Amino acid sequence: MLGLLEGGPRHGYDLKRSYDERFGQDRPLAYGQVYSTLARLLKNGLVEVESEPGAGPERKKYAITDAGVSDVTGWLDRPEKPEPYLQSTLYTKVVLALLTGHDANDVLDTQRSAHLRLMRDLTRRKNDGDLADQLICDHALFHLEADLRWLELTAARLQQLAAQVRA
Amino acid sequence: MPTEPLLTAEDLHLSFGPTTALESASVEVHAGEVLALMGPSGSGKSTLLHCLAGILTPDSGRVTYAGRDLTALHDNERSALRRSEFGFVFQFGQLVPELTCVENVALPLRLGGASRRAALRSAEAWLERLEVSDVAGKRPGQASGGQGQRVAVARALVTRPKVVFADEPTGALDSLNGERVMQLFVAAARDTGAAVVLVTHEPRVAAYSDHEAVVRDGRVRAREYVR
Repeated sequence: MLGLLEGGPRHGYDLKRSYDERFGQDRPLAYGQVYSTLARLLKNGLVEVESEPGAGPERKKYAITDAGVSDVTGWLDRPEKPEPYLQSTLYTKVVLALLTGHDANDVLDTQRSAHLRLMRDLTRRKNDGDLADQLICDHALFHLEADLRWLELTAARLQQLAAQVRA
Repeated sequence: MPTEPLLTAEDLHLSFGPTTALESASVEVHAGEVLALMGPSGSGKSTLLHCLAGILTPDSGRVTYAGRDLTALHDNERSALRRSEFGFVFQFGQLVPELTCVENVALPLRLGGASRRAALRSAEAWLERLEVSDVAGKRPGQASGGQGQRVAVARALVTRPKVVFADEPTGALDSLNGERVMQLFVAAARDTGAAVVLVTHEPRVAAYSDHEAVVRDGRVRAREYVR
């Protein structure tokens, strides 16, 4: 949600709609969740309120602060712990990187590096291990490779993806 | 990295007509390390490998091997260097079809002036090391893809090169054969102290490397050291 505010100040309702359109296909955000998250971000100084004259609480407009922008950048720069079924988080990072003008290739390269580090460990374990180790490591290696292949494909699609999410 | 790199590409630019293949590409390889060059098709990773190996000469920039500027050498000096210091493994073995497998492995030693007997003896030892002694007397066409690649690895390592260049060495193999080729290849290269420059788009193959460099649009995007 914080990343979505980098595009400009929004009302809670707009923020929910924008989130659901991009990331909430299976699990749309509840309004309660939107406002409790905004309250927490406000408390932590990551967003601030731009009030409109005579408006009730639902007419509050939220804007990202400099600390909030740093928080988003830090999150994008940090690789996710490599594990199977990361796709939704990685997808969110790539889309947000595109929306906020960060280089999505940097997100992909950072993640590839983290994945390969784990894959090297697994490969060593497999080469030194018994049949059980080999089977377990193969399973993990193929799943991690699937993540990386998806990242590569995403990189190849970036131009198209950028045009779609900015539209 | 505490030591000087063995092989360095600095700010390489290379165009083929209107197509830019490399644009300010830089990379380093240290002795005994395995570097994976990754990236999408057409990104320039094979072109970078060919420049590092002195097969292609960049339009500008410098390739330095053990303190020598490869780009400043004459063609015959570069060829001699490639024969004595470098080894090559390609996607499809590129073995000489008229020679037997053991003769293929012995060939680089014969070209370097070794006697036929000494060359064959050494070649046999390498085929045994790569677990393909049984195809020694066969022609490459009679060996399987996996066996052929192991013969190609033996041929690349038989001269005990300082750097082995491998371009998609398992690209034509199934998972199990590809894995065995990589295990034997990397273990043998490490034993001889050779550095390996490995072009691959397969993460499971890149996982045999110490670090990776990602080539995209002719530039090297990222490099990770993990030892």
